[in-house]
Formats: sequence, structure tokens, C-alpha cells
Amino acid sequence: MCATLLMEAGSSPGASEEWAAAMEDIRDTVRACMQCGTCTASCPNAHAMDLTPRSMWRMLLMSDVDPSMTDEVLASHTFWMCSACYNCTLRCPRGLELTKAVYGLKRLARALGAPGAVRRGTFYDSFTRNVRSYGRVQEMALMMRYFLARRDPTLPFKFTPMGLKMLAKGKLHTPSSEHKGRLDALFDKVAEIEGRTEERS
Amino acid sequence: MRYAYYPGCSLTESAKEFDVSTRKVMECLGATLEEVPDWTCCGASAVESVSRLLAFALPARNLALAQQDGEDVDMLVPCSACYLNLRRVQEETAHDRDLAADIEEVLDADGLSYNGTVRVRHLLDVLKADFGPSQIAEHVVRPLEGLTVAPYYGCQILRPYRVFDDPETPTSMEPLLKAAGAEIFDWSAGNVCCGASLMATEKEVALVSVARILEAARGADVIATVCPLCQMNLEAYQSEAIRQTGRGKPVTVLYLPQLLGLAMGFTPQDMLLDKGMSMQAVTRNKISHVLNTPRQAAEATV
Repeated sequence: MCATLLMEAGSSPGASEEWAAAMEDIRDTVRACMQCGTCTASCPNAHAMDLTPRSMWRMLLMSDVDPSMTDEVLASHTFWMCSACYNCTLRCPRGLELTKAVYGLKRLARALGAPGAVRRGTFYDSFTRNVRSYGRVQEMALMMRYFLARRDPTLPFKFTPMGLKMLAKGKLHTPSSEHKGRLDALFDKVAEIEGRTEERS
Repeated sequence: MRYAYYPGCSLTESAKEFDVSTRKVMECLGATLEEVPDWTCCGASAVESVSRLLAFALPARNLALAQQDGEDVDMLVPCSACYLNLRRVQEETAHDRDLAADIEEVLDADGLSYNGTVRVRHLLDVLKADFGPSQIAEHVVRPLEGLTVAPYYGCQILRPYRVFDDPETPTSMEPLLKAAGAEIFDWSAGNVCCGASLMATEKEVALVSVARILEAARGADVIATVCPLCQMNLEAYQSEAIRQTGRGKPVTVLYLPQLLGLAMGFTPQDMLLDKGMSMQAVTRNKISHVLNTPRQAAEATV
């Protein structure tokens, strides 16, 4: 029962410690939570979540006692439903940076291969790759890459009506290569620094 | 007034009309916009799901570029997501030394450095604080009479940082729209989330958010936006949102500077109104009526 994602994490030595530290950061962010539920009440997407934000914070803090709770949180789709509106962060009476914690959970779930994380995180990956490739986001190339990466043949059809509207308004463009490669040095350096942090821990 | 202008990716792609109307309105008000040379993507709200450092380094690069223009730079940003990302670098590096050091190291690899002197300003903040309703009124030649406008602020210009408006009951757009002769639609959905990038990842959930706003906007002629993603979600997906939820009804969604520009005498072509995906007949008629009303002499209103 306690064979947690965190304990199994990583193929290289040190990687599991790295992610355990990331989880500790998230727990530190919500440590002072007093379970008032203002976050849940303020969340525009709470209706689509399996765990409420309030109970998610509680479970993260309780994972000291029951480590399986970490897995349960990472397997939930609660944090994937965040649209970064920052209502919870603004209103939290303890001043906790809850949106930041949610982003941390998204990164952790992807890194640990939590259930559904690959599919739910695909857009963010496609977006980031698009930024690296083109320097400026090229919307049409982004959506094409996203559709391919999701490997869901029905997905493009969900966006067809919108795509046709945009086409009619001259809003679809072939990608511009004008800023291609401009961000390579920056991306490489970020990866290097993040790799170093991993080695330290 | 001079501003370093950061349009952001959307304004060069699907939100061209936001870029064009912003530039024209600012120019009409006497501002000079100088586009940040060689700017790149700010990371939007997506990159932080991949890397936190990258989500700071991407906007920081643009601040470093703008800073090369001098010590006292105001950066004008029309997109809410770009605004928050850029602003966040300014806010967080002021107290997080480790983060600031990491950013500095990343920028150094690109031959750049960031010293925190650039002030990140959203378009709405600039219109409200640097110009204000009186200067806008001075340039109005065609008041938007008979047009009821619902000011829609979205999220990221209001939260998490309280900068130029009350995040719970924002009002900054109202005096500007009144100065343009529009009537303000009284509603409380102006700061309710549109779903943002959930539209790409969890569409059915985002459509509920869009419908919630459309439902609240019943009775308004126009929803005025100040963010390309809010605009996209509210106009391109409105028919789907209404169909899925059975709530709301179709409504015209326009960018704030498009409305101000019309009142300032720019033509619908100047403001790229034809790029809109949500123009309703009733609103088109009201706008035509405004356009056909004889112009006021701008001097007379000064």
C-alpha cells in the first residue's frame, strides 16, 4: 500500500530524492493551511474535481502518517483542472501560494508518471516545445503538434468549428521561422541549472 | 509618454486586432510605443507546468531587452498572461535572492542581464493612470451612445498581485468606457475566470466557465476584454458553450481599445472589427448608428 510513486521514482540515483524534495516544497507551501475551504469555494473549476482543493491540501499534509495519500493526490485530476485564475491565492486567509503549489503538483505528477499525467500534461509540453522551436508561439504549429502528441483521433474534431471560424477570419498562419533557435541558449542553461539542483539533493 | 511595447505572441497571431487597436489608440492619445527589439514568448500560463525556472527566465529575457533602452522604462503589455509573467519577475526577484541568481545565470548565457528597473504596466493600468477618462474624452468624436458594454477584466491583471484595481470588484474600465460615451452594464462577472488554457486541455470544463460569463452578460450589447485568451474563449467558443450548457446567449465580444478607437473616430476597418467572430446584428446596427451620427468636433469637447 505504501509503494508510493515517490519511492519508485527515477531511474538515476538521486532522482527520487529530488522529487521527494519537490514534494516537500509543495507541502511547505500549504503547511499553515487551516482547512477553512475558502480555496474550494473560490475555485471556478471545483465542480470538475474529484478531490476538493481543501481536502487535497489536507491529504498532502497527512501523507506523513499515511504515504499512500501522496499517490492518491497525484492520481487525482484536481490540480489538472486549475486554470490559474489565482482566486484561491488571493483569498487564502493564511496567505498561502496555492496556485504555485498546484503548478508544483503538475510538474511532479508528470515527472513521476502518475496516472493520466502524460495525457493531461501533453499540451504544456507541446507549448513549451513550440516556444523553444520558434521563439514566439506559432498557434497553428502548436495545435498540430498537440493533436499528434495526444494520439487521440477524435481530438482535432473538437476544435474543428473553432478552426474553421479562425480560418474564415484569416487568423490561421503558417509558422514564422524568424525567431527560430533564439531561445536555445536560455533553454539549455535552464536545463543545466535544474540538473545541478538534482545532483545537489 | 514613451513605452517599451511588448505585444506578446497572440497579438502577432490570432489577436492582431488587439495589437492594431492598441497601437492606434495609444498613438492618438499622444503616446509613443517602441516595440521591444527581438522579444520572445513570455511562457504564458503553460510553461510553469513544465519548469518553474523557465517560467521566470522567459519573461526575464524580455525585461532585460527592454532595460537596454535606459534606466527608466515603462513596459506596456496588453495581454493579461504576458503581463502577469513579466510582473511576477519584477515582484518575486525583489525578495527571492536564489531565484534572482538563477535568472541572472540563465540570462548571462544569452549575454543579457536584468536589474529590476523596468516597470511592467498593463494596458488598462496605463489608460487609467497615465491618461484617464478626461484625456480619452478629449479625443472622443463619436460617443458610443446607446451601446451597453460589460467590462470584462478576467483574472491575471487582478490576481495574485493587487496593482491598479480591486481584484474582487474591479472598476478601472468603467470611467474609460463612460468617457467613450458607452453605458456600463452592471454585472458581477467581470472578474470570473474564462477557463483560460483549460480550453485546450479540458474543454468541457472551460466551456462551463464561458457559459457562466455569457449567462451573466444577458442584456449587454458588448463584452469588452483586455486579454487575447479571454477574447478567444468568449467569442470563438460561445456557440459551443451555449449548446453544451443551455446557458447564456450570443453576445458581441470586442477588445477595449477597439471600442475606444471607434469613439475616437477610427473606422471599423481601422479597428479590424471584421476580425471578430461574435458580432451580433443588434450590436452591428447600434455601431452603425454611432458611425452615421455626425461627428463632434474634437476641439468642442476639450
